[in-house]
Amino acid sequence: MSNTAVQPVVENAKPVVPEWKKNYRKFAKNPIGVVGLIMVLAITFISIAAPLLTSHDPIEVNLDNKLLPPVWQENGTWDHWLGTDEVGRDVWARLVYGSRVSLSVGFFAVVISLTLGTALGIIAGYFRGKTDFAISTVVDIMMAFPFILLALATIAVMGPSLLNMILVLGLTDWTQYARLVRGEVISLREQEFVQAGYALGSKHWRMIWRHILPNCLPSVIVLATLAMARAILMESSLSFLGLGVSSPTPSWGFMMSTGRPYIATAWWLATLPGIAILITVLGINLAGDRIRDMLDPKVD
Amino acid sequence: MGALLKQCLRIVLVLFGISTIAFFLIHLSGDPVLLMLPPEATQEEIDAFRHQMGFDKPLSEQYVHFLGQAVKGDFGESLKFHQPALDVVLERIPATLELTLFATVLSIVIAIPLGIYSAINRNSLSENLVTVAVFLGQSMPIFWTGIMLMLFFGVKLHWLPVSGRGGWEHLIMPAFTLAVWVAPTTLRIVRSSMLEVLQHDYIRTARSKGLAESIVIYKHALKNAAIPIITVVGFQIGKLLGGAVVTETVFAWPGVGQLVVKAIYTADYPLVQACVVILALIVATMNFSVDSMYRYLNPKIKSG
Repeated sequence: MSNTAVQPVVENAKPVVPEWKKNYRKFAKNPIGVVGLIMVLAITFISIAAPLLTSHDPIEVNLDNKLLPPVWQENGTWDHWLGTDEVGRDVWARLVYGSRVSLSVGFFAVVISLTLGTALGIIAGYFRGKTDFAISTVVDIMMAFPFILLALATIAVMGPSLLNMILVLGLTDWTQYARLVRGEVISLREQEFVQAGYALGSKHWRMIWRHILPNCLPSVIVLATLAMARAILMESSLSFLGLGVSSPTPSWGFMMSTGRPYIATAWWLATLPGIAILITVLGINLAGDRIRDMLDPKVD
Repeated sequence: MGALLKQCLRIVLVLFGISTIAFFLIHLSGDPVLLMLPPEATQEEIDAFRHQMGFDKPLSEQYVHFLGQAVKGDFGESLKFHQPALDVVLERIPATLELTLFATVLSIVIAIPLGIYSAINRNSLSENLVTVAVFLGQSMPIFWTGIMLMLFFGVKLHWLPVSGRGGWEHLIMPAFTLAVWVAPTTLRIVRSSMLEVLQHDYIRTARSKGLAESIVIYKHALKNAAIPIITVVGFQIGKLLGGAVVTETVFAWPGVGQLVVKAIYTADYPLVQACVVILALIVATMNFSVDSMYRYLNPKIKSG
């Protein structure tokens, strides 16, 4: 009995392709995006599997082994295949562990700025009036300001640490989400399906949660990927200026700042961390750009 | 006229906001006195300094006083240079302007021809190379670009001096570093607005008249693509000044950027406040001029 009831349904159903698989196929149409994704995944893997990838302690000082060159140069050894720094710490180990700082700052700073900016953007665009004016003015003020200077000064006052870095980058970079989301909400409010919602007597928060927010998300995600790249660059700049994560913790920006004085004698110290940043940020930018094209109906 | 007045009001508002941030910044840590004095300062020194700087007054009174003085251009005396903070900043402004101006010109010289090239040679191998270069430029930490230039042209080849300010040869590397930082954005805008313009009928008309392709591109298309390009170049001034903070530090270029980093290191907060407000003033006036120019250039806004 039950068999006959099920039969027709099975006949009509096409092979079901899950949503994520469809999206991935669309994403993979352009190989550059896939290359970017692989780069990001590789760096993520390295940061998670750090202890498996090196036997050296990234903060262990060994003055007998200082300033060893990479393996392909004279005096290089496989034990320290990317060389050692001015106090004999293994560069590869420091690079591997340094990815944790960059990725966590990038990720958490974006989570904070995205949440804050989206919330304020929705409030400004949805309720308009005085609230909108206040939020838009704050956005104007913050945008008229070299972002790095604000971050620099704030960290200098609050004291350098991983948490402060995340907080400062998160709390200063929310403005562009607010601006973008505000614009989208203003145009969404005029659309029929939202107007219909009001006519049916939907509550404000329900309208926002069910209809406004989901429609803003695609452009917010695009912004978030590019913002993550920027946050990682900014973290490295601040660490380079000596205002990043405190000293023994390996951070790519700080490695470059300590390696800079040795540029004439030990080029690898300032060069290699820069390449690590380049790979990470490039990967995020390539993947983010592909996502933007994918969500833009005008392209493809 | 109404728009102009509105813009002026906006600048005032922005400056008010920045000054407020600059004021409260030093109170973030709790006690600004402990921030500015060395840790070995005695209690008497702390008290005397607190009184001298006015930190013993209520916060609201300090704030009103700060704003009143800031309007007059008085940010107090720099703790390190022992002269008015504003004077110290103004002394460094020419160096920063020279650097950012030259970097802007350089970025335009890089971005416009390459942007046009990649717009008219779509999907060619060389266009892909330009795209790769754009992505690389966007993904390089600015100080690393500087260090790499230093390594090759200073340390290895001995072509250019690695630090300080002087003749043209001192300007090249820092300006190029900054230009590489902003050129990708400009290039993308040049490319996309050229692509947009090239689709229009008047381009087809110009071509069908038998005009040389170079005239069509540079005279007809580029002129019509100019507005977004000018806008993005103008709005990048803020980004350039931010980048100058790092670049000046790398190349020991004696501008405001280097000054503010040093002031932060030495906890010279009156100087930090002066730098912050002056840089914000420059950015705000730049944005204002770009906005006015945009209105002036764009006939669609004028008629509407």
